Amino acid sequence: MTATATATPTRVRPSGTGWRGFGRLLRTETAVWLRDSASVFFGVLFPTVLLVGVGFGIPGMREPMTDDVPPDSIWYGVTPIATYLPTVLAMAIGTLAILSLPVTFATFRDKGVLRRLSTTPMRPQAIIVAHLVINVATTFVGVALALVVAQAAFGIVRPEQLGVVLGAFVLGMLSLFSLGMLLSALVNKPSTANAVASLVYFPLLFLAGLWTPGPIMPDVVRQIGQFTPMGAAAQAMDTGWFGEGFPLSQYVVMVVWTAVLLPLAIKLFRWT
Amino acid sequence: MADPIVEVSHLRKTYGEKVAVDDVSFAVQPGEIFGILGPNGAGKTTTVETLAGLRTADRGTVRVRGIDTQRDPAAVRDILGVQLQEAALHDKITVREALTLFAGFYANPADPDDLLAMLDLTPHADRRFAKLSGGQKQRLSIALALIGNPEIAILDELTTGLDPQARRNTWELVERVRDSGVTILLVTHFMEEAERLCDRLVIIDAGNVVAEGTPRELIDGLEGGHTVVVRFAPEDVERGRRELGVLVDRDPEVEGAQQVGGSPSELAVTGTRRVLFSLVPALAAADLVPEDVRTVARSLEDVFLAHTGRAYTTESGDAGAPTDTALVTEGGRS
Repeated sequence: MTATATATPTRVRPSGTGWRGFGRLLRTETAVWLRDSASVFFGVLFPTVLLVGVGFGIPGMREPMTDDVPPDSIWYGVTPIATYLPTVLAMAIGTLAILSLPVTFATFRDKGVLRRLSTTPMRPQAIIVAHLVINVATTFVGVALALVVAQAAFGIVRPEQLGVVLGAFVLGMLSLFSLGMLLSALVNKPSTANAVASLVYFPLLFLAGLWTPGPIMPDVVRQIGQFTPMGAAAQAMDTGWFGEGFPLSQYVVMVVWTAVLLPLAIKLFRWT
Repeated sequence: MADPIVEVSHLRKTYGEKVAVDDVSFAVQPGEIFGILGPNGAGKTTTVETLAGLRTADRGTVRVRGIDTQRDPAAVRDILGVQLQEAALHDKITVREALTLFAGFYANPADPDDLLAMLDLTPHADRRFAKLSGGQKQRLSIALALIGNPEIAILDELTTGLDPQARRNTWELVERVRDSGVTILLVTHFMEEAERLCDRLVIIDAGNVVAEGTPRELIDGLEGGHTVVVRFAPEDVERGRRELGVLVDRDPEVEGAQQVGGSPSELAVTGTRRVLFSLVPALAAADLVPEDVRTVARSLEDVFLAHTGRAYTTESGDAGAPTDTALVTEGGRS
């Protein structure tokens, strides 16, 4: 029996590319993800609900600002609810990237889903890609819904510099999803993921101006906020939407966050 | 013998200071159910996880169909089905979705509907994973290990947590899978399961192989330790005890006679394999007619005891174990 033990290694069958069945994986993961009503609510509806709630709930949000801001301000003549929009869009990205994604991966790790997958010809990386696709797509859906409803309800002004807004949005996605992936790489338990995500998410919301948007943001919050990925995204979108000039420092901040966090997340990602 | 389909040679794996697998070697022939039996913490799971290429060995080689799974784990994914100990699916995925999803990963998958039927899961096909019973989850887990039409399936503790009926059904199922041509590597800490199912097995203790062979070979290879239990009528107990004492002193084939458990009328007579031949004539000569005589079947537990010097315990608080033993004994008698 031991004499035959040194048989030459032969490849029996070519192993697949490692991505066979990815389409079905993406469809199944999407279907299963949509069964979680919390992720659907926070991902798709929350930005819209927040905008509508604030717009109609707080008096004066729909009156153009002429008395409260100087005539040379970029906010002059703009409704307060419109100045809230960039912050809400930045929040929409952060909700999925920071609240949803790390919990998903912590649950997978906790349940051994990643490990189970690595016993099949499918690469476990595929499920990460699938969930990035799902969360990015959901971000777009949530933002699109918020914009359509805001336009219908409040008649939002068109961005002064559409390209700057789009660029800021994309960089905001990159930097916030990189941060979310770093959290995903590290936390093991869904409960830890929830706690850590909240600890990161709420300060970021504050610094992005969720409680003090645009014109009413204290200077110190603006100064600190511009160095956070969510704050930089909101400020850069502010500039693109209502002002002129290019938000260079905010763009650089988001690029740096992405360049630092994404490789770190990939390097530190734990499969078990 | 044909070329082995699985070969593990001098495998060693440590986690820091802790030696999980010290030196394990075995070879599995195509088409057999090969058991890896041992108490919890013996290194069974580490062995098969290394074999599947999920862990890195410190030393030794592991081959599946001649492929070194340490060097090229991806090359065996299509031919090696793995059922891991813990359930590993989304709570909200349905049985059918999971099977169809996994089928998509393989070049030559089995038909999910066939597997659903084979594993009695068809009525539960649209039920979500979290809503399944323990037995249903285990059956789904087996189905997922088989969905790729593997040549070899690793089944790790597949009946843990199942009730006795579900366990017996699972055993029949594993035999059916073997009969369909799949080689099975069965990891278990249940002696009865190994004895009932395995064509051949290794017993592992503290990271080392302590015995290897068919269950019959291992049990028949035991020296001594044969036991016959005799039950006397109450009025004969005193005399019976005396006569047996004499027999122990006189006959080298008989080693001892002791009261069994709490019953004063039952005596266990131990000795060599000829102990019954010595006992019956001695009883006849004394005109002692026992009410009952039964030989006690030896099991892999005795093999474990003989090789390790320790009685077999599954270790850790496995609540299921005592019930199992009782039920299996019951089943053995009927």
